[in-house]
Amino acid sequence: MSQQFNPKMIAFACNWCAYSAADLAGVSRFQYPPNVRIIRVMCSGRINPNFILKAFEMGADGVLVAG
Amino acid sequence: MVRPSEYDVGLIGRKATYKPYAQAIPGGFAIEKLDTAPCRMACPANLNVQGYVQMVKQEKYREAVQIIMQDLPFPGVLGRICPHRCEKSCRRLEVDEAVSIRELKRVAADHVDLMEIPVPEIVPKDEKVAVVGSGPASLTAAYFLALDGYQVAIYEAMPEPGGMMRYGIPEHRLPRNVLDHEIENLKRLGIEIHTGTEVGKDVTLEELKKHGARAIFVGTGAWRGLKLRIKGEEADGVKDVTSFLRDAHLGNLKKIRGKALIIGGGHSALDGARLALRMGADQAHIIYRRSRTEMLAEPEEIEEAEREGVKIHFLVAPMRVAVENGDVQGIECIRTRLTEPDTTGRRKPIPVEGSEFFIEADHIIPAVGQEPDLLFMGDNSPLEVSKWNLLVVNPETLQTNIPGIFAGGDVITGPATVIEAVEAGKRAARYMAMYLKGEELPTEWIEEPPMGNNWVEVPDDEPTKHRLRISTLPVEKRLSGFEEVNLLADETSAKEEAGRCLNCGSCCECYQCVEACKANAITLETHGQKRESVVLQVGAVIMSPGFEPFDPNKYDTYRYAIYPNVVTSMEFERILSSTGPYQGHLQRPSDEKEPKKIAWLQCVGSRDINRCDHSYCSSVCCMYATKEAVIAKEHAVHELDTAIFFMDMRTYGKDFEKYYNRAKDEMGVRYIRSRIHSIDGDPETDDVCLQYADENGVVRSETFDMVVLSVGLETPERLVQLAEGLGIELDQDNFVQTGSFSPVETSRKGIYVCGAFQEPKDIPYSVMEASAAACGAMANLSGVRGTLVQEKRYPAERDVSLEDPQIGVFVCNCGTNIGGIVDVPKVAAYARSLPGVAYVGENLFTCSQDSQDRMKEIILQENLNRVVVAACTPRTHEPLFQETLKDAGLNKYLFEMANIRNQCSWVHTGQKEEATEKAMDLVRMAVSRAQLICPLPQPTISVDDKALVVGGGVTGMTAALGLADQGFRTYLIEKSSELGGHALSLLTTWRGEEIHGPVKDMIDKVREHALIEVYKDSTISETKGFVGNFETTVSQMGEDVVLKHGAVVMAVGGDESEPSEYLYGDDDRVLTHLELDHAFNQGDKRLESSTAAVFIQCVGSREPERPYCSKVCCTHTMKSALKLKELNPSMDVFVLYRDIRTYGQREELYREARRNGVIFIRYSMEQKPQVQKMDEGISVTVRDHVLGRDIVIQTDLVVLASGIVPHDNASLAQMFKLSLNEDGFFMEAHAKLRPVEFATDGIFLAGMAHYPKPIEESIAQAKAAASRASVVLSKEQLTVEGVVSHVDELICRGCGECVEVCPYSAIELEEREEGRKVADVREALCKGCGSCAVACPTGAASIFHYDDEEVLTMVEAALD
Repeated sequence: MSQQFNPKMIAFACNWCAYSAADLAGVSRFQYPPNVRIIRVMCSGRINPNFILKAFEMGADGVLVAG
Repeated sequence: MVRPSEYDVGLIGRKATYKPYAQAIPGGFAIEKLDTAPCRMACPANLNVQGYVQMVKQEKYREAVQIIMQDLPFPGVLGRICPHRCEKSCRRLEVDEAVSIRELKRVAADHVDLMEIPVPEIVPKDEKVAVVGSGPASLTAAYFLALDGYQVAIYEAMPEPGGMMRYGIPEHRLPRNVLDHEIENLKRLGIEIHTGTEVGKDVTLEELKKHGARAIFVGTGAWRGLKLRIKGEEADGVKDVTSFLRDAHLGNLKKIRGKALIIGGGHSALDGARLALRMGADQAHIIYRRSRTEMLAEPEEIEEAEREGVKIHFLVAPMRVAVENGDVQGIECIRTRLTEPDTTGRRKPIPVEGSEFFIEADHIIPAVGQEPDLLFMGDNSPLEVSKWNLLVVNPETLQTNIPGIFAGGDVITGPATVIEAVEAGKRAARYMAMYLKGEELPTEWIEEPPMGNNWVEVPDDEPTKHRLRISTLPVEKRLSGFEEVNLLADETSAKEEAGRCLNCGSCCECYQCVEACKANAITLETHGQKRESVVLQVGAVIMSPGFEPFDPNKYDTYRYAIYPNVVTSMEFERILSSTGPYQGHLQRPSDEKEPKKIAWLQCVGSRDINRCDHSYCSSVCCMYATKEAVIAKEHAVHELDTAIFFMDMRTYGKDFEKYYNRAKDEMGVRYIRSRIHSIDGDPETDDVCLQYADENGVVRSETFDMVVLSVGLETPERLVQLAEGLGIELDQDNFVQTGSFSPVETSRKGIYVCGAFQEPKDIPYSVMEASAAACGAMANLSGVRGTLVQEKRYPAERDVSLEDPQIGVFVCNCGTNIGGIVDVPKVAAYARSLPGVAYVGENLFTCSQDSQDRMKEIILQENLNRVVVAACTPRTHEPLFQETLKDAGLNKYLFEMANIRNQCSWVHTGQKEEATEKAMDLVRMAVSRAQLICPLPQPTISVDDKALVVGGGVTGMTAALGLADQGFRTYLIEKSSELGGHALSLLTTWRGEEIHGPVKDMIDKVREHALIEVYKDSTISETKGFVGNFETTVSQMGEDVVLKHGAVVMAVGGDESEPSEYLYGDDDRVLTHLELDHAFNQGDKRLESSTAAVFIQCVGSREPERPYCSKVCCTHTMKSALKLKELNPSMDVFVLYRDIRTYGQREELYREARRNGVIFIRYSMEQKPQVQKMDEGISVTVRDHVLGRDIVIQTDLVVLASGIVPHDNASLAQMFKLSLNEDGFFMEAHAKLRPVEFATDGIFLAGMAHYPKPIEESIAQAKAAASRASVVLSKEQLTVEGVVSHVDELICRGCGECVEVCPYSAIELEEREEGRKVADVREALCKGCGSCAVACPTGAASIFHYDDEEVLTMVEAALD
């Protein structure tokens, strides 16, 4: 394959833990690939399965629910 | 130079500008300023030496020159001819040689073209000022006056300006182009120089005034050479050195011949001699009546003169000039000798009789001093002149006796140096400006504050280095012209030389940080901040100054100072920290290699009276060593072996034992019971070797890569002094003296204490005490609560419901944090293209106050109704921006953030394009969501200001009193028929205080308190409601009472466990602790008559089925054992234990017990003691680990240290929606930071219901709970967050799914008409997690601000 696979990722992050972990990653200057888009929710319990299906429907290659 | 970083405990260095706490939010910087460096203090012009030297070090020559120009206008001149007093006071002399400060000034000056530096902004003033003379004093005065805006005109008699700098210093020392350039620069400030205009002849002082000069500076110098006062000096060939130098410069004297003889020992004598050689003299001789050491010129100067051929005759005085036919023939001299130094330290020359001799000479040049030529004054001048022919001035202001006329330089001092003249010019300019502004001038000399010596310490290991030696022109090249002799140092050497500066004052005041700070947070004013004293009127004081870690240098056998890989636990904490010296990578200091084996040595500076006089246990070290070992293992890339060398493992706190067991059993941390005597190091590898005896007595030797000393906590001397100043008493260990029933009260009423200043303690207990201290303070201050509070008012909220989205997007650069990576203009341009966006702005710092003010204006101007900020994280900054929205009349929920810093610029540093693209995506997502978000109400709920305390023991009573004393009505519920609880069965506290009396007093106080209602024989049968509005049903002997209250304190206590082993219950000689106390109380005769007593520790504690430590038993055993020994000193008292956990100052009891002959025998879990009933007495068999044999003890008394167990708290927990830990104790919201709060708002926890603890800790925790509860009760209303769940009752079918999933019990089913059930949300309890919305099968439940569409639109926008 000549072209590198560059997956589109959606991450649902709980405000209280995963989202602040992503903040901490920033403060610590941890480098990671730029192809993930983080969506903040108040709790991972807020994630309706529909959200995940919607993401795949829209073309996401991966969904991360972190909380 | 870099100083050791305090935050990283010296493991790395820091600069004068530094971040004191890397993890602080906001992360502020500090600038360390110590006393002004001695070099600056030594400089007459107060030149910022350290500042420009540091600039030279960084090759910032222009900045260096700008720093110099703040204090004087002649960097190049003074870089050559300053006598540099600064160098004499340089602290580098303590190490080796002074820094070549003057040379560094020249390096800076010679690398900068002054004409390229922009003229400073000057606000012109109308007033004119005249300056007479153009020497260094005059030019400096003119410079500062011109900078101040005055119109300055200089009148100079000579054809060119510069005064003695031009006419008195020969060109080989000061090239004229340097001088010309610096004078030319002054003209750029608007200074007019009228040369060839002699005041007193061409124009008078009076005329200058008439022409508009409102003030005059006289700096005419001292040009008239003093006479030798010897015969023959009027002859033609005799010319004073000033005239000689001047005539040579003017070209009046082109060449001389023969032999020149100069008389004098100052700079001008050398100048004269060296000039004479350059003018063609065959020889130049100097005669000086003192010796070489008394010469005023610098040694290098003298040396250079001699190299050029100048011959100096020391200890020779002139007698008579020999003249023949009008021509000088030579001079008759006499030798002198010096007297012993007189009171002024000067040695006087005395002629030696009969030593006369003759020196031939063609030119005689006396250089014995000058005096002013006061021709400028004209005749009959009213100006006052001294008997030395000097102008008389006020020494402080330099004003003459005529107001408005000031003078400085040689004309007031006689011949002196350029730098002194500069000082005079600067001083005069300052006072002239004051005079011109009509301000009153001081009449007296104002003494400078004494020089401080609080400077950066000279490091012990500062390497020595020679100072810069500059090269000079080869001698053969010198005499043929006037070329400069001293050559410019090269940049590398200059840089190195500047690097020798020790930075004495810490901050060098170069103000480069002011330039660098784009947020204008550092300004010249910031730098000007001074320590100030503020007097505050307060009603209570809380002391929480903490502790200092023990300095292990006192343990010489641990070689802490010598072995780099022996570190303290504090240093190791920093090593493990991601903000620490190694960014969280586990490595050892000597070679930055990852260690493979680390040992911890416990009790360094604790439990030791031999080497540190700290008999107490520091309470926290066992736990932190365990934690450090575990985290080190987690951080290590490779396998890490950790070993903790300890005496007793003291993991006595809540859940600590569990952690210890996990460290040992799961993480494989090795625990070795041994106190290490000494440490040996391997100088080759920097490894560290320990020798120890293991539990079987076998001596072992083990090598580690690193050793961590678990240092104890101590009160530093400064706190001892503080306590003394405040009049609060300390105990024998220098901790604050408190009582068990008043654990946070000091000996002085109104002053409270908390934390490790009271006794070494961990975070949870410190936090508890902090709240307890606040409770004490609040009881005193309850009358004035809220009186100093100013309520913020907001404008009325604008109704935006009918408006289309008008979104404002603010993209932040965050200085360079975002803008340095993400293309902010591109993101902003992109935002403009998005639908609904009405305004886009870019900010350097969106969070700064001025940006907030602007944002508010823009919202109003542009009529925005949604705001998106693309900047940092909403977790820290959302509240700030929401506040601005409220100020602009918008609902705070009309706000959204795109986190383009933490999620873009900081994590994709190397991928600028991708980061920019991602930032654009995040902005698009935020904007799409912003279109959908709506204003939300924030309902308020009223607060019932009554409290309910459950449990009438010491804890419950303390909490009730704490609340009632603050003015809150309190219901106290006790299930038994008496208040007081278990405390009534206890004998004394560990400090020996009687318990019964104070508890009885407490009961009386509770009973009599007007605001406390006691319900005895009562239990709680039901409770409803939430924070601020509880409704609890209390059953009292079958009757129900409904109580309304706003907060709850759970203080239900615990119980002594009932042992099921060691013959307990079978034999009445086997007692528990409570039973023993009871026996003491009753005066039970068996206690005296028994010949032996055996205490067995950890009965029902630290066992698999009850794994926690009951905390209080070891101390109770010590107390009881001592009491038995007191009753019957001949009794053999044995304590069979696993670890003795007499933490803190309780350790003293353990020591005392050993001193009194109590015998301690350690047993292991595998071999527990055997207790058997014998015909006579009881036999206890225990395996002695030292002897490796069983020991049999015959006794009549066995005391079991039975553990403490919680009550059955299940039903209370269920009713109040609280959680219990595995052991059945109530679980607090956060073990460290919220130790008395439950996760459920409005409910608080104290005493043994939380965990076993002694009375003083229960009391502190009770006060803390009261304090935290009062925060709720003191509010009239509580505001509920808008992000809450809501249920559409029309769609709800009452299935209860949402009730099931709600983690906060915020939803209940309610009956509506016709028995229809619907879900009802208690908004005060809802945390907005949204689980209900997911669980709801019909879509009736949803969550404000995060409804399905609001989330889905982001998914769509992200993938668009």
